Amino acid sequence: MADAGRHPNIRILTNTEVVDIEGRPGAFTVTLQKHPRFVEEDLCTGCRTCQSFCPVLMPNPFDEGLGEARAISVWCPQAVPAVAYVDRERCLHFQGKCGICLTVCKNNAVNFQQKRKRGKVNVGAIVITAGYEVFKPLKGPYGYGEFKNVVTSIEYERITNSTGPTGGEILRRSDYRVPHKIAWIQCVGSRDLKFGRSYCSAFCCTYAIKQALVTKDHHPDIETVIFHNDIRTFGKGFEDLFNRALSRGVRFVRSRPPLLRENPENGNIIVSYVAQDRLIREEFDMVVLSVGVVPAPGNRDLGRILGLEVNEHGFFEIHPFYPLEGADGKGIYVGGNSVFPMDIPDTICSSGAAAATAAELLASQRGSLAVKKQYPPERSVEGEEPRIGVFVCHCGTNIAGVVDVREVVQYVKGLKDVVYAENQLISCSNEGLRRITNLIRERGLNRVVVAACTPRTHEQIFREALREAGLNPYLLEMVNIREHCSWVHSMDKKEATEKAKELLRMAVSRARDLAPLKEPSLKVNPRALVLGGGLAGMTASLSLARQGFEVYLVERERELGGNLRHLHYTLEGGDPQKLLQKLRQRVEDEERIRLYLGYELLDFSGYVGNFKSVLVPVGGDGDQVEIEHGALIIATGGKPLEPSEYHYGESERVLTQLELERMMATTGIPEGIRTVVMIQCVESRNEKRPYCSRICCGEAVKNGLKLKETRPDLKVVVLYRDMRTYGFFEDYYRKAREKGVLFLPYDPERKPEVELEGDGFKVRWWVPTLGQDFELVADLLVLSVPVVPDGNRELAQRLGLPSTREGFFMEAHPKLRPVDFGTDGIFLCGMAHYPKYISETIAQAKTAALRAAVLLSQEEIRGSGAVCEVIEGLCIGCGACIEACTYGAIRLIEVKGGKKAQVNPVICRGDGLCSARCPTGAIRLNHFTDEQIMDQVDALFEA
Amino acid sequence: MARVLDMPIGAVMVIGGGIGGIQASLDLASLGFKVYLVEKGPQIGGKMAQLDKTFPTMDCSL
Repeated sequence: MADAGRHPNIRILTNTEVVDIEGRPGAFTVTLQKHPRFVEEDLCTGCRTCQSFCPVLMPNPFDEGLGEARAISVWCPQAVPAVAYVDRERCLHFQGKCGICLTVCKNNAVNFQQKRKRGKVNVGAIVITAGYEVFKPLKGPYGYGEFKNVVTSIEYERITNSTGPTGGEILRRSDYRVPHKIAWIQCVGSRDLKFGRSYCSAFCCTYAIKQALVTKDHHPDIETVIFHNDIRTFGKGFEDLFNRALSRGVRFVRSRPPLLRENPENGNIIVSYVAQDRLIREEFDMVVLSVGVVPAPGNRDLGRILGLEVNEHGFFEIHPFYPLEGADGKGIYVGGNSVFPMDIPDTICSSGAAAATAAELLASQRGSLAVKKQYPPERSVEGEEPRIGVFVCHCGTNIAGVVDVREVVQYVKGLKDVVYAENQLISCSNEGLRRITNLIRERGLNRVVVAACTPRTHEQIFREALREAGLNPYLLEMVNIREHCSWVHSMDKKEATEKAKELLRMAVSRARDLAPLKEPSLKVNPRALVLGGGLAGMTASLSLARQGFEVYLVERERELGGNLRHLHYTLEGGDPQKLLQKLRQRVEDEERIRLYLGYELLDFSGYVGNFKSVLVPVGGDGDQVEIEHGALIIATGGKPLEPSEYHYGESERVLTQLELERMMATTGIPEGIRTVVMIQCVESRNEKRPYCSRICCGEAVKNGLKLKETRPDLKVVVLYRDMRTYGFFEDYYRKAREKGVLFLPYDPERKPEVELEGDGFKVRWWVPTLGQDFELVADLLVLSVPVVPDGNRELAQRLGLPSTREGFFMEAHPKLRPVDFGTDGIFLCGMAHYPKYISETIAQAKTAALRAAVLLSQEEIRGSGAVCEVIEGLCIGCGACIEACTYGAIRLIEVKGGKKAQVNPVICRGDGLCSARCPTGAIRLNHFTDEQIMDQVDALFEA
Repeated sequence: MARVLDMPIGAVMVIGGGIGGIQASLDLASLGFKVYLVEKGPQIGGKMAQLDKTFPTMDCSL
């Protein structure tokens, strides 16, 4: 969020909407309308002084109305842009009564004369990621809005949040007491035709389980119960979460309570539900409604303006193979919850796919409008005595409300080598930064100390101020007197001030030792290697090629296609075989793609931007190929498990779903077959494979519908644990039931038993919802087997990459970086990451290509100056540092005196593990040298 | 001159400042496109900014 606020090529336009568009793909003129916020964005520093004086209390929209806000306020602590906003409806000025904020704002940023403005912007493409709204169960059987102790899940999210209305204390709203017993009710506003919402919102099961676990973390004694339909933890690692919840005592009840009542005596909520044919009433202190996704209300208007279709649910209509199909040359691309209900990693992939497609369209103009910042030449400080300047920030009242900032400045002025010190209202405001830059020049400062907030978010900003004054950015030292002083010691102003003084004394001492550092740079080879020629690999390769990069595409088999070759239908009606033909043709015709069919990876070395791979023909016959490339995309796919249960292989009437699909597409279902039984979760979601394979429920519904379409007389029965047809797939699940496909649950503890009987089978199992045994005679048995990793482990070892317990590759961050690895320059997509549908594979592959393109488009990459360096004379070449390094940044090189360690400064992250391990003290971590740290520590005890 | 007019424009408009829009904007901007991130509300961050923790890392969200 803060990165977007700082990026020189991103302009954030808030309170703004699209009202008109003209032009064509590649050259649109978009008319925007900006609504007034009554605060000038370039004058407001986000200091919140206005907010502290505003007399109007109103429900805080960021806290879902639970907490209080002022009529003029910055909504949350990390707001981007950090600019105040006036709520026109509530502000007294508009009723002719008030104007305090006008007078207290030192920057004259408040402007009640601001009018609605229109403007035009020229762009080549548009990406829509307009998100969703949370369902509001206003009137209904759950008493929301009427019973105080019934809240929605997004409200509960704010209640557990430390920045929320209760400061992170779980308190119920009627009497502000910690609840003993909380219930979650799933599918509120989802999978519910009563509310006109037939689809599944895809992520509520997972967040409800997360919330129950977070509740247990706060108070292990709170009893938590989740009332659900199916538990749909289909995402990577989510089944683990479900199992963890079970083991921590979260109770799961498969029942949908039809209504809630309030106990007037204590405000408790009475939940009535049916379980195993009995009506049960249970009392809870609090009930959380797991509310679903509602399409953004602006979708229809936006669709009308931009000429896009909206589907019956109110989401943007897309082709099943979007954006590979149905996006060509359109110039407007849609992703995230604008097209389908999805969780965070899927949103990042879907939005990334839209962005990648825009980048393909505009590839020739990359860089044409980008800004590169110019700095004055750096001045040398060599041989100069330290001249330290100290800037102490008020942060509005955030710091100055607790710490006596003026006293701190007076104190600092008396410290050795400090030639200048001042207090600033907001140091990071444009004005504050300008002052720092000017004072560095005027006073000849050669070290700068800023006492403000955290370097995590602000160090880069202040380093810029040094750069602009021609000073090396590593001559800055930051002290966090907000988090470490004013926030944590808000009740003790005197001690907070004393602590700030001590921290500053230490910082000044360390600043004295700071040395200018050079940031290393590396050239980037602009070619990519893609491993795997299935749907993911082909999609990623094509996207990169269209963005102008050369690609080496390697496939182990002698033909392209991977698993896509075995698919004949999709739920939404796309034709996978046609897609395959088209993709193959495009890949073969693309001159920027070099194909290596029948090859595999033998050796891999190098580092980000500069990898070297050796390919060898499968089987070893033929010449090796050596390739140099800047990025690597892993798209090696997965494969269906060959089952070892249910007489598979013994009878030709036992098939996997894929085999059934092939049978329907080729020979058809043999005459004489009357009953087909499908068993879900075969050899998955068990102890050996504790994950959900995500796509099998959809496959069963798809094949069930296809069977009914070709042979309406067939009896089709699906035995399942939880049907996980998320998003709009739920509509097909409903359709299958309407068409007569029978879905019956089974209990994993009492799995179905199958006996061969003549040409057919006898299937026996226990139905948990009825508490009864059932028996069926079937002619065809279809097993829903999981997708399993395909040789990932060896590859992971060869590449030095992490994989999950199940053997899928492990991405850098499961939510925010779903296609990156911790190792820079390597990216991941497709079923090598986790089982997924065609549309999801396309999205992830395009996103992997986008991320790789970001790297490949840089002529050179810069690292940090705060990295490790080997003092060669002290190094004995023992290699202990190499073992300590988790990034592979160190290697031994031959020099005259024997072997010596060498650090690649671009790969090094500066964690200093090697430095701590080195037996002879031969590795120095620049910017955190022993001298700097010891002087800092000594200063603490000087007093 | 006509050729120049035919050239596409190296700028992208991203509509919606939630996590998807922010990440798309960052990637496009880093690729060298000028990005206009259009948000109807007064701040970016979308729903994710409101979340307490996200599974499975349980770290704060932004």
